[in-house]
Amino acid sequence: MQASIQPGRDAATQYVLRLADTCLILGQRVAEWCGHAPILEEDIALTNMSLDLIGQSRALLTHAGQISGLGHDEDQLAFLREERDYLNPTLVELPRGDFAFTVLRNAMVATFLKLMWQRLSASSDAELAAIAGKAVKEARYHQQHAADWVVRLGDGTEESARRLRDALAQLWRYTPEWFEDDAVDQAAAASGLGPRWSELQADWRADMDALLAAAQLSAPADSAYRSTGRRGVHSEHMGFILAEMQHLQRAYPGGVW
Amino acid sequence: MNQAAVVPTSGALAPVWQVLGTVLDPEVPALSVVDLGLVREVLAHEDGLEIVLTPTYSGCPATELIERNVLEAVAAAGFGPARVTLRRAPAWSTDWISAEGRQKLLDYGIAPPGPVDLNEGVPMHFVGRTPSGRRLACPRCGSAQTERLSAFGSTACKALYRCLSCREPFEHFKPI
Repeated sequence: MQASIQPGRDAATQYVLRLADTCLILGQRVAEWCGHAPILEEDIALTNMSLDLIGQSRALLTHAGQISGLGHDEDQLAFLREERDYLNPTLVELPRGDFAFTVLRNAMVATFLKLMWQRLSASSDAELAAIAGKAVKEARYHQQHAADWVVRLGDGTEESARRLRDALAQLWRYTPEWFEDDAVDQAAAASGLGPRWSELQADWRADMDALLAAAQLSAPADSAYRSTGRRGVHSEHMGFILAEMQHLQRAYPGGVW
Repeated sequence: MNQAAVVPTSGALAPVWQVLGTVLDPEVPALSVVDLGLVREVLAHEDGLEIVLTPTYSGCPATELIERNVLEAVAAAGFGPARVTLRRAPAWSTDWISAEGRQKLLDYGIAPPGPVDLNEGVPMHFVGRTPSGRRLACPRCGSAQTERLSAFGSTACKALYRCLSCREPFEHFKPI
């Protein structure tokens, strides 16, 4: 079986991996809708968004491999790390749920990524800035599309509104983690690599409040619960999604299409 | 240099650009990679040609195929050794599609993109808005009575519309 790799432990690599893994794992979750979306147009939309996310992740993983100086390529980083070395916030690894859960999570993450890419367009790291300059256009479109569905469901039938309310109650408690800085954020801010994630909180919240209001919803009360995916400590769901993503590369080392 | 590359009509590299102008985009075969503005630069080095391409969407599955087709076309035309490099910055924009490319899109039945509006979506509007307040003209009958059916189409770069006058569906190349 193919052995695991150890990614770079320096702050810059970890900062880029957090973002890369957010795109990678959400892209994988969204791709699960392929062939299962409620209507054909959404099947196409979700798979297109997944493609964008995986593409963004590929660029970031390649770059993370270069920053670390360890020579890992995108495939090694995507498929050969141990669970604790994936640094996405827990929210994106949660099972895909129903369509309401999916569109609400997509709206939350796309809103965050749009703001993040905007800031990273001015990164002191030219390659990261270039990746961001392209990705921001895609995230903007994803946000708009997902937000349209959130409003349509929230302001729709009793059933669609109930499902969206349930999704919001489940998802909201996983968002505070995004905005609690640590040494990785501090180092990125100090070097000009990118913002502390907490710097995006006010704008993210403003966009979310406007969206939730249009969908006849309001943000749930803050909870004391804190997820820890950004530090590599994941929910029980992470192992299963990684098993699905990794088994081919583990069983057939270096296998390509 | 956040604008389309200027295609040289004379000079040593003009024939290379001409050959690149015959390499069609695999997803939108009405247009060449030059029409789309994907070719940023052609450089002559001592050890061969360097063709600089800018990818369109991060996840565009055609990127690798385009690289291969470009190299094959240049090799077949006898220009000697060549390599492709990808340049991400500045990010590709539909504003780089040439006037000729836009006409080809229209003739092919795809409504070409309007100018990119960087403020679109700021502030956010929800459901029922017409993007940028513009009405797309139907590429078949020219009617402005059109509506969007789906925000995403057969490829990452397109959306699906229909014409309420001639009743035909059509694709729109999204401005980004």
